[in-house]
Amino acid sequence: MDHNPLEQFEIHRLADFTVGGLDASFTNSSLAMVINVLVVFGFLILASWRAGMVPGRWQSMAEMTYEFVANMLTDAAGLEARRFFPFVFTVFTFVLCANLLGLIPLIFTTTSHIIVTFAMAAFIFILVTLVGFVRHGFGFLRLFAPSGVPWPMLVILMPIEMISYLIRPISLSVRLFANMMAGHTLLKVFGGFVAALGLLGIFPMVFLVLFTGLELLVAVLQAYVFAVLTCIYLNDALHPHH
Amino acid sequence: MDIEAAKMIGAGIASTALIGAGIGIGIIFGNYLSAAIRNPAAAPKQFVNLMVGFALSEATGLFGLIMGFIILFK
Repeated sequence: MDHNPLEQFEIHRLADFTVGGLDASFTNSSLAMVINVLVVFGFLILASWRAGMVPGRWQSMAEMTYEFVANMLTDAAGLEARRFFPFVFTVFTFVLCANLLGLIPLIFTTTSHIIVTFAMAAFIFILVTLVGFVRHGFGFLRLFAPSGVPWPMLVILMPIEMISYLIRPISLSVRLFANMMAGHTLLKVFGGFVAALGLLGIFPMVFLVLFTGLELLVAVLQAYVFAVLTCIYLNDALHPHH
Repeated sequence: MDIEAAKMIGAGIASTALIGAGIGIGIIFGNYLSAAIRNPAAAPKQFVNLMVGFALSEATGLFGLIMGFIILFK
């Protein structure tokens, strides 16, 4: 049994169809995303089904999630960022649920593909840049010129700041993608060891159990980091003067 | 040299980027711990910065790992 540990990331078409020459088939990745969205909807709808002033268990969990994201957003970006709350909440719950569902065997990990994470990161980057320009016009470029810097240093500093700003979508997407792909590849490799060793497979099995625990932490942490960095980038757009 | 062998060696060298990631993460958490022991009351407020610092330093290490994967499988 010599299966490639990277085979789990292959895309399989479940229902072919094309839209104007572009391949828009329903794949295993799409199915995982649909399951992801249904789980998030299910959780939130279940929580608000019979909402009361004294919350029951599901409502408490949903309210805790809401408050967690709301506090994260206002701590990072200030009170005027509240209008971006639905967006940040969506990003956070989507990435969190995608990462967690990927840990369940046989469910595809959507965030382990660079195209998925890059699409999200590119959208966030373009949104944040547009917000910055709409809010501040060309004054948004003050983001690259920290106050109180003498002009010779500024000439060197501004290109560096601009490059580090343009790197943001890449770093945001690659961070999530690399964490997910590396984690799942390692799980698969150790799974292969368990299968190959027979009785001695108890040792890689113990490691697998512990490592799955670590992967659980990484899944939640990476979702949190993705959302927190979105809030920090929003803060840069809303308040570009340091 | 065989192209496959060269790819393997390249991927191995690219993965040494994770040394930096390990050291960086250790520095960040070590500083947070030593500061938190000195001033436990102020520690929870800096938790966000801790997570951001951890993610940023791990990301650079993982860039190297991804280069390794690209070298190995392209």
